[in-house]
Amino acid sequence: MEILGLLGDGMLIALQPLNLLLIFAGVTVGLFIGAMPGLGSVNGVAILLPITFLVPPSGAIIFLAAIYYGAMYGGAISSVTLGIPGASTAVATTFDGRPLAMKGRASLALVTAAIASFIGGSVANIIFTGFAPVLASVALSFGPPEIFALMLLAFATFVGLGSDDIPKTIFSICLGLVLGAIGFDQISGAPRLVLFDINAFLQGIGFLVLAIGVYGIGEMLWTIEQTRGEVENNTPKMTARGMASDAGEAIREGWKGTAIGSFLGFFVGILPAAGATPASLMAYGVAKMTSRKPEQFGRGSVDGIAAPEAANNSASTGSMLPMLTLGIPGSPTTAILLGGMVIWGLVPGPRLFVDESEFVWGLIGSFYISNMAALFINLAFIPVFIWMLRMPFTILAPMIFVLSIVGGYAATRDMFDIWLILIFGFGALVLRRLDYPLAPAVLAIVLGPIAEPTLRQSLLLSSGDPMIFFTRPVAGPITIIAIILILLPALKLLRRKKPAAVIGE
Amino acid sequence: MRYGEILTAGVLALFSIYLMVKSAELPIGFIRGQGPGGGAWPFWLSGIMLICCAMIALNWWRRTSPPSQSDEPFLDGHGWRTIGLVGGGLIGFIVLIEIISMYGAIAVFLFYYLWFLGRHSLRLSLILSLSTPLLFFFFFEGMMRITMPTGMSFTDPVFDFLYDIIY
Repeated sequence: MEILGLLGDGMLIALQPLNLLLIFAGVTVGLFIGAMPGLGSVNGVAILLPITFLVPPSGAIIFLAAIYYGAMYGGAISSVTLGIPGASTAVATTFDGRPLAMKGRASLALVTAAIASFIGGSVANIIFTGFAPVLASVALSFGPPEIFALMLLAFATFVGLGSDDIPKTIFSICLGLVLGAIGFDQISGAPRLVLFDINAFLQGIGFLVLAIGVYGIGEMLWTIEQTRGEVENNTPKMTARGMASDAGEAIREGWKGTAIGSFLGFFVGILPAAGATPASLMAYGVAKMTSRKPEQFGRGSVDGIAAPEAANNSASTGSMLPMLTLGIPGSPTTAILLGGMVIWGLVPGPRLFVDESEFVWGLIGSFYISNMAALFINLAFIPVFIWMLRMPFTILAPMIFVLSIVGGYAATRDMFDIWLILIFGFGALVLRRLDYPLAPAVLAIVLGPIAEPTLRQSLLLSSGDPMIFFTRPVAGPITIIAIILILLPALKLLRRKKPAAVIGE
Repeated sequence: MRYGEILTAGVLALFSIYLMVKSAELPIGFIRGQGPGGGAWPFWLSGIMLICCAMIALNWWRRTSPPSQSDEPFLDGHGWRTIGLVGGGLIGFIVLIEIISMYGAIAVFLFYYLWFLGRHSLRLSLILSLSTPLLFFFFFEGMMRITMPTGMSFTDPVFDFLYDIIY
């Protein structure tokens, strides 16, 4: 009851006119920043951080948190409408969001993303409110072996994401992981894999460079080649009744994915090294594995959009937990928020809930209000995004190319990366023609830099004994589940081949 | 497509070997007191990539993968032409960025695509190709404070004028 009272007080703080204005402004700005390929919540929060010195600290952090929320909603927009994941958290949304948009159901995809994000955010807020201190200690019990086991589980779901051609899927995963290892060895600091001795590779290959190359340039080239540039525009006009019907369908078809994403997302989000990207990917994988219609995933499944969207929103709230309770940021955005709090004289950590109770509960209250505001603002803008999709393909295609190049440059400010985007785009076209799944490579490049150091730290802890991943109480079961998931597709394939062999005989 | 499958697998196998060699510039084994060497992770992953290429080649030989069963060409004449025109446009776009600035390159690329490839009217092509870079300028430079390449020095007067507006 005491918590409800504190939450009520917090909501009253969040509903003060200035704070409410900041919430709406933050969510709207975040939505558009998140929708822009190359820009994500981290850009929005970093760029607008100095502006927040004009308002009181509680208003400032509420504004930044609202940008974070808005950007999480916005990430799905470019995934669905342009087929380019604006941020790593929205990669999994592209798998089904884009195919659904191509079928003329972009409105359903966007409404599903908005509703799932809202539910994911709400579930996370409730868990956050009730169990923050307990969950913070759970998060702390995750050491390198547990985090690596979790990454292994994420990679295991990749195998399920790929095609039936297992060697091509594993090749794609390994390629992403190796590309993610280019630059410097994270532990010794020595230059590593400086390809063709080109010094520009020392800075590594960012996830966005590969993602924009594959999904922006590669996808468009593939569409142009397949359709001979004559893409039929089958996106219907948006009406209020249509949106209401889409909302009903989103809830009916996507409830399971939403539920999986909401809970899984939060628990992965609170882990300091994980965050919203592994959360959304794992939610997608689990939703596919537990679905009655797994064959629809990748072809426009509503559950395939709901699961990652609920997860990334839930995880973004979850990642605030270690930041507030332990002073450990769970993502780059929360690292900037943490920096902002320190500038304002607030010291994150276990004492924050006691010493700055009004601030903490005001912030938690603002999560609820921001989530609600994000839903309404997002739904209000869906007709605008749909209108954009109704443009002739010969206008949309060059705009997507331009956004890919400009977005790619905005993210890294390096012309070398623009050339890499183009090379990855042409490479993606060739590999896609030959049935190589490319999504696992994009996801592997995101998770590789988390997986490698945790593997090395774990092996260092155990003096090189890999049994450390099996004998620890949390890491053990996760590792075993991951291995089973990796072996499952191979076993399925063998079972499918056996009857064929009998017929052949 | 069948020819493309084995050719690509061969190229990827060579690339995997190259990655293994490059990774081996750092220690690839377990170093007592330090854990796995800096090259271990990419080396063993590249090794797995090489094994995958061998399996893809085996599947090609056994004709079990769809591309290995297909007699279709990898790309027909029209496909090569389309990809050449669009891809060539993109290469031109990137080359122009360092000459006439990001915004100038956007304008030229959009005009090329809309007017030449898209067959839109001259008026629509001009309106879109001139207004889009302006919009991008005010969004990126004005709002987001992200500076884009301004090209060679002859573009300076234009940028001086635009920067006077936003700063």
